[in-house]
Amino acid sequence: MLDLGKYIIFSLLSIFFSISSFSETRKFNIGKIATKQEVAGWDIDIRPDGLGAPKGSGDALSGEEVYAERCASCHGDFGEGIDRWPELVGGSGTLSSHDPVKTTGSYWPYASTIYDYVYRSMPFGEAQSLTYDETYKIVAYLLNMNDIIDEDFILSNENIGKIKMPNRNGFLLPDPRPDVKNLNGNPCMKNCNTPTKIIGKARDIDVTPEDEKS
Amino acid sequence: MAKEKKDIISRRSIIKAGVGLGALGLSSKSLLAKEANNKNLPPNVPEWTETLGDGVDVNPYGMPSEFESNVIRRNVEWLTASTESSVNFTPLQDLEGIVTPNGLCFERHHGGTAIINPVDYRLMINGLVDREMIFTLDDLKRFPQVNKFYFLECAANGGMEWKGSQLNGCQYTFGMVHNVQYTGVKLSDLIQETGLKNNAKWVLAEGSDSSGMTRSIPIEKIKDDCIIAWAMNGEALRPEQGYPIRLVVPGWEGNMWVKWLRRIEFGDKPYMTREETSKYTDLLSDGKARMFTWVMDAKSVITSPCPEKPVLQKGIHQIRGLAWSGRGKIKRVDVSLDGGKNWKTAQLHSPVLEKSLTRFTIPFEWNGEEMLLQSRAIDETNYVQPTIKELQNIRGVNSIYHNNSIATWLISKNGKVDNVRLG
Repeated sequence: MLDLGKYIIFSLLSIFFSISSFSETRKFNIGKIATKQEVAGWDIDIRPDGLGAPKGSGDALSGEEVYAERCASCHGDFGEGIDRWPELVGGSGTLSSHDPVKTTGSYWPYASTIYDYVYRSMPFGEAQSLTYDETYKIVAYLLNMNDIIDEDFILSNENIGKIKMPNRNGFLLPDPRPDVKNLNGNPCMKNCNTPTKIIGKARDIDVTPEDEKS
Repeated sequence: MAKEKKDIISRRSIIKAGVGLGALGLSSKSLLAKEANNKNLPPNVPEWTETLGDGVDVNPYGMPSEFESNVIRRNVEWLTASTESSVNFTPLQDLEGIVTPNGLCFERHHGGTAIINPVDYRLMINGLVDREMIFTLDDLKRFPQVNKFYFLECAANGGMEWKGSQLNGCQYTFGMVHNVQYTGVKLSDLIQETGLKNNAKWVLAEGSDSSGMTRSIPIEKIKDDCIIAWAMNGEALRPEQGYPIRLVVPGWEGNMWVKWLRRIEFGDKPYMTREETSKYTDLLSDGKARMFTWVMDAKSVITSPCPEKPVLQKGIHQIRGLAWSGRGKIKRVDVSLDGGKNWKTAQLHSPVLEKSLTRFTIPFEWNGEEMLLQSRAIDETNYVQPTIKELQNIRGVNSIYHNNSIATWLISKNGKVDNVRLG
């Protein structure tokens, strides 16, 4: 965290540069130079390598309490998810099954993403109300519930970029599409060999919403 | 509700009382007569001729005819835990041409619709730029502007249909797409103002809504055709579409078109946000998942007939549909009446624009027999819209995203239309 003196110096420098040396290189001269303080307030993202992680720390033991208070009403005491709210814990070994369970433990490739997401948008409807330490505690609790760190491991800005997530290598790049057979713009037009037997009807599944009858 | 025929009077008083469209729609639904009233038909003089209509001061902002009250966005309640983090669907079956009316563009929010007073709006650009800057809405409107039609499709459009036909409607299976004309400034122009460091390779786009939506976008796409838009179809963005500013990422999945855009950060690596790791990755049958599958492949749908638009009488009808591709223009659309055995090429209607919905039609005659309707798009890269079987063979059934396969509508002997799966 910078002290106020430095902010003022930065701001003055920014103003100085905006009206002097840089002005020639701007094509339109529209907009204003952002101060470091303005950027610091909005620049909340964290990258997988930990870049952007704010100073703070927390472990799972202290995280349990914060989690119970701020998260459990939707996600359940053990991250199991209540009603249709997402489950956060478990799912290990299910990704190739008929019913994959994608949780922070089984699917998410980076611990930084959990911190970034929890801080920026959780609790649902109370975005950016958690402190940095509270966020580290919650993330530590989730990682511990997923057997990724011990309960007394102190998660912090120093080590969040080094946590090895189980599904870290579960993602494929680059996009291989188009991945279907290349028909070069000339698909079959007549007497094509394609199955035309009806094997399923949405009507029989019967989950389509119906308009209220007047 | 409106048992008697004092329709006109009650209708007027509703309008004058300033009741919103929702209430109006609900009440007018019950006013909708199934059968024509002979008193209004030749040789009689209809009732609307005998009386005066509303004056010009009644509807300062015009709304659709009350008889179109069924043309609305709809959602599927069981899909999500809350309506604030949910989706509704565009009623494609009721639309013509290629323009989606603003009020019918499907909505997808992760924290509800943010309501932003434009005087409080700021766009911040930071990171690997020469000058970190802040722009007001008025600032943005001073830049050179572009006006472009683009489709926006959610990557999960058709996502409920991977395993089999599940939802019985064109709206629910294809309605996470819309097409409007955007007005805005090209990001490549904004970059000229901030300057760019040589190692700037990625952009993080961030929304200011309660979800703080974020996505990483490669710099090549940003420089190519991304737009910071403030208007759609000639008027300010609707709140649910990101008022006052949204990002436009032509041809790429809708999740990247960050609404209520507050910040653009330049970096040298992707940010691996929640949306591009835990969501919007395509899980394959071996448990591995594709990441950064941005482009929306060519797709088409017959919007009429369809489950919501049964065939009401024998004889000549027009098949109407839409086709689009994130890789460019639509080159051709074929239509089959027999489940894909034989195909005929449909007529494309101008304008045929790149990365835009394209309208096609083809006449057909229905004589009361069963038919299996399909459409198949081909884009200017010669990519051919695949069958679901072709996609399943490669990707399995757990992908959720990027289902651009051919759908089948069964016309039954009674004229009803069903979403069916062939195999």
